[in-house]
Amino acid sequence: MPETAMAEAPVTAASGGNILQVRNLEAWYGESHILHGINFDVNAGEVVTLLGRNGAGKTTTLKSIMGIIGKRTGSVKFNNQEIIRTTSDKIARMGIAFCPEERGIFSSLDVKENLLLPPVVRAGGLPLEQIFDLFPNLKERLSSQGTKLSGGEQQMLAIARILRTGASFLMLDEPTEGLAPVIIQQIGHTIARLKKEGFTILLVEQNFRFASTVADRYYVVEHGKIIDGFSNAELAANMDKLHTYLGV
Amino acid sequence: MQALYAQLLVGLINGSFYALLSLGLAVIFGMLNIINFAHGALYMMGAFVAYFLLNIGGISYWWALLLAPVIVGIFGMILERTMLQWLTGLDHLYGLLLTFGIALIVQGVFQNYFGSSGLPYSIPDQLKGGVNLGFMFLPIYRGWVVIFSLVVCLATWFLIEKTRLGAYLRAATENPTLVRAFGINVPRMITLTYGLGVGLAALAGVLSAPINQVRPLMGADLIIVVFAVVVIGGMGSIMGSIITGFALGVIEGLTKYFYPEASNTVVFVLMVLVLLVKPTGLTGRAA
Repeated sequence: MPETAMAEAPVTAASGGNILQVRNLEAWYGESHILHGINFDVNAGEVVTLLGRNGAGKTTTLKSIMGIIGKRTGSVKFNNQEIIRTTSDKIARMGIAFCPEERGIFSSLDVKENLLLPPVVRAGGLPLEQIFDLFPNLKERLSSQGTKLSGGEQQMLAIARILRTGASFLMLDEPTEGLAPVIIQQIGHTIARLKKEGFTILLVEQNFRFASTVADRYYVVEHGKIIDGFSNAELAANMDKLHTYLGV
Repeated sequence: MQALYAQLLVGLINGSFYALLSLGLAVIFGMLNIINFAHGALYMMGAFVAYFLLNIGGISYWWALLLAPVIVGIFGMILERTMLQWLTGLDHLYGLLLTFGIALIVQGVFQNYFGSSGLPYSIPDQLKGGVNLGFMFLPIYRGWVVIFSLVVCLATWFLIEKTRLGAYLRAATENPTLVRAFGINVPRMITLTYGLGVGLAALAGVLSAPINQVRPLMGADLIIVVFAVVVIGGMGSIMGSIITGFALGVIEGLTKYFYPEASNTVVFVLMVLVLLVKPTGLTGRAA
């Protein structure tokens, strides 16, 4: 699909201005060219999901926004500030937080240390009581070694620790991967609640069924490009196309 | 019996230096992934800075304990910024070659100006003399070195294992990219960590100056044993390097009493045994 079609395709579901603007983003892992010109926007307060097959470039898109891909070109604007050349520590301090697919729980830190590790970058983060309210399991295991937690608990910890930093733009990379349905449901409730609290969320998901319960809008990534985009309301009408894109 | 206690004390003193040096090596290896062969030369620089401070600036031992680690630490941080940082992601061999080269240059420069013989550094007045413990005579300065080293080692352990700063350090050892993506300036932290490790080596140098004299090759002689200590203890663990450092000093001391012929080799024999049984070292994590 031509890129001009993209500019008009996205329908804004939530109020609030454009918080993230990605234009012509290209990225490389060493010699391999992964992203070939990604274009999309995220508005404040939205939950936007990147869909696509394995290896399409979804994770690389998140990492490029976070500034942890070595070579990247194009434009990424966060709150109208260009961050394509900014280092990841400065990007984090602007209020973007990243929850990686592999969760990144530190084994030499206990749960409490893991939870308190990311520094507070601005006011407005969730207080600890609210985080324990969302994830009661964590409170009971504060002194356990981080990697001794179950997969679901590690995922909760990985999300929990970025909620208290005050970052209002969260990027979650496949938060439901490999988890039991009941835990996926809990993470779904959490995302819905975070949205209500005013967080903006950019989600990468393979689990389309899960994504459809939380997302306002979708973009489809293929071969390092965004090839389609639609809102949740247009989902039913786009079902057939989506099956073809995702091969499900 | 007197001789046994005397050897035990010598063992504890050497153990103090082993512990301070291997601790610094472990911290540096954890964060920079570099086997710092310049460590011995930096230890020597600590002793020389104390010597210069005293003989040129008239600055006492007590101030040297503080200033020499800071000065040599800053020198280390300059090395890290200008050279070591470019080794990120390269094979260990490059770090080994670079730091070994730095050690040779630093030692060579000092040898050029000061020869190979030792310069005297006297024990500060407050720590002169000794006390009779009944079963042995304890020179106060030697007791001070053991206790002070132990305190510094434990303080370093506390800093790394129990504080927020230490949590950053441990986390960055595991996954620097992610820690940086949380908003922490990891490159600056790496520089400071190198400075800390180097500072510990320089501190050991100051402590050793009144005992072993100040010589350009004082570090080169010591560092070989320290590397054996590190291999035995395992690179990953802070407490492991402290305990192994002191323990091997004592074992060496005891060997001097019971079987003096083996005292120079006992550490290396132990190293071989440990490598055969547990290649990651006694407290090391699997790579």
